[in-house]
Amino acid sequence: MIYLDNAATSFPKPPETIRLLNDFVNNVGGNPGRSGHTLSLEAARIIFDTREKLTDFIGMKDSERLVFTQNGTEALNLAILGLLKENDHVVTTSMEHNSVMRPLEFLRLHRGVSYTVVPCSAEGLLDPGELAKAIKKDTKAVIINHGSNVTGTLQPIELVKDMAGDALFIVDACQTIGSVPLDMEKAGIDILCFSCHKSLFSIQGVGAAYVRKGIDLTPLKFGGTGSKSESIDHPAFLPDRYESGTPNTPGIASLLGGLTFIGNEGIEKIAARKDTIRELLVKGLRDIDGVAVYGHETLRPRSCLAVVSFNIKGKLASETGYELNKRSIYTRVGLHCCPAAHQAIGTFPQGTVRAAPGYFTEEDDVRSFLEAVREIAER
Amino acid sequence: MTSGLSSRRSGKLPKDKTVFILFYTIHDVLRMEKILKEKGIMHELVPVPRNLSSDCGMCIKLIDDVERARPHLEGFEVERSFSFDGENYDPITL
Repeated sequence: MIYLDNAATSFPKPPETIRLLNDFVNNVGGNPGRSGHTLSLEAARIIFDTREKLTDFIGMKDSERLVFTQNGTEALNLAILGLLKENDHVVTTSMEHNSVMRPLEFLRLHRGVSYTVVPCSAEGLLDPGELAKAIKKDTKAVIINHGSNVTGTLQPIELVKDMAGDALFIVDACQTIGSVPLDMEKAGIDILCFSCHKSLFSIQGVGAAYVRKGIDLTPLKFGGTGSKSESIDHPAFLPDRYESGTPNTPGIASLLGGLTFIGNEGIEKIAARKDTIRELLVKGLRDIDGVAVYGHETLRPRSCLAVVSFNIKGKLASETGYELNKRSIYTRVGLHCCPAAHQAIGTFPQGTVRAAPGYFTEEDDVRSFLEAVREIAER
Repeated sequence: MTSGLSSRRSGKLPKDKTVFILFYTIHDVLRMEKILKEKGIMHELVPVPRNLSSDCGMCIKLIDDVERARPHLEGFEVERSFSFDGENYDPITL
């Protein structure tokens, strides 16, 4: 079996993830912050430790401003639906995921919000100068995908902040966090949204948003927080304000395991390893007659994530994916919840086959995959 | 029924009394706990005494001299704090 769908969720998970997940489910199990007994407190401590570690990991200090969500989509919805009001304008790009585009379209239809989509190149790259032209007086936010889940293209986010003017800078880091170094402070990001079950190695069902001090979002959910229970008013303090209801504590415990693993390996080593595998994969695909690779124009180190979209001439992406699956090679085919990106790279509506190796993918896995693609292309 | 809550507001902090510090959120309780542990300041995490708050959470019970803890409270939003002499809880300002 060769798993090449790490851009959807990482598999396998490191042993630390499984160990802390098992430990929570078998030995802790309490509802965090809801009671005074030892198991409830232990659960709250696990969440606290994870929050502190993750805050540090993204280069920030105020851990109460790191809010756990169900996934990256919920984090982005919190940022977008919680921030934007009537007559606000947003600038975004043609490489965004539906978790950005659909909330924006909902707000356009129902809340009088407008948005401008800045086109990216056929390789999926944003020109920050083009973004600057789209900024208006009433632009409330700039929302950008740090790394594309279709082409793996890394956007020059460090150049975007200067172009954004007074607009808040919201970054979707679902594909990049845990894959490449990311410092929220240095990049001048105001709200960072991401999933934790991809390259941060938690189990599924965990995401997070860091909301910079001074920004108040309307919560998506209201309810029990274990705090201020005597009041019918929802808490104004964080993280409780954005975390109503019992959290996914087993998932958050698994995230603590994932972060421990990443800390032990080192993010630089992880990024370098993924780049090595990407290079092998992209070079190999380009050597096969009839295969088109989208993006990855240069193999310059760290120019792209290990997320590679391709098609075989004369074959539908679905046929290629089906043939690979028959060989126990698992890729993802179609539009990857990202129709605008496929329009940008010219693969709409058919989509592509996406091969996304992970940190545990071996060179031999890539060679077997390439052999299978060659065989399918020659048929 | 005794509330145990004295209306007297204590200006000066007595060294011989136990001090309870209540925070708005369990996150801040645990953040304070981390600091107290690091600084070696003796404390316990205990359920908020029911006569102090209707809330169901935890608070910090300082066993050490409150003056040792005071500088570390900067940056925290303390909900309320009390000194306890074994009988009465006196609201105090930290």
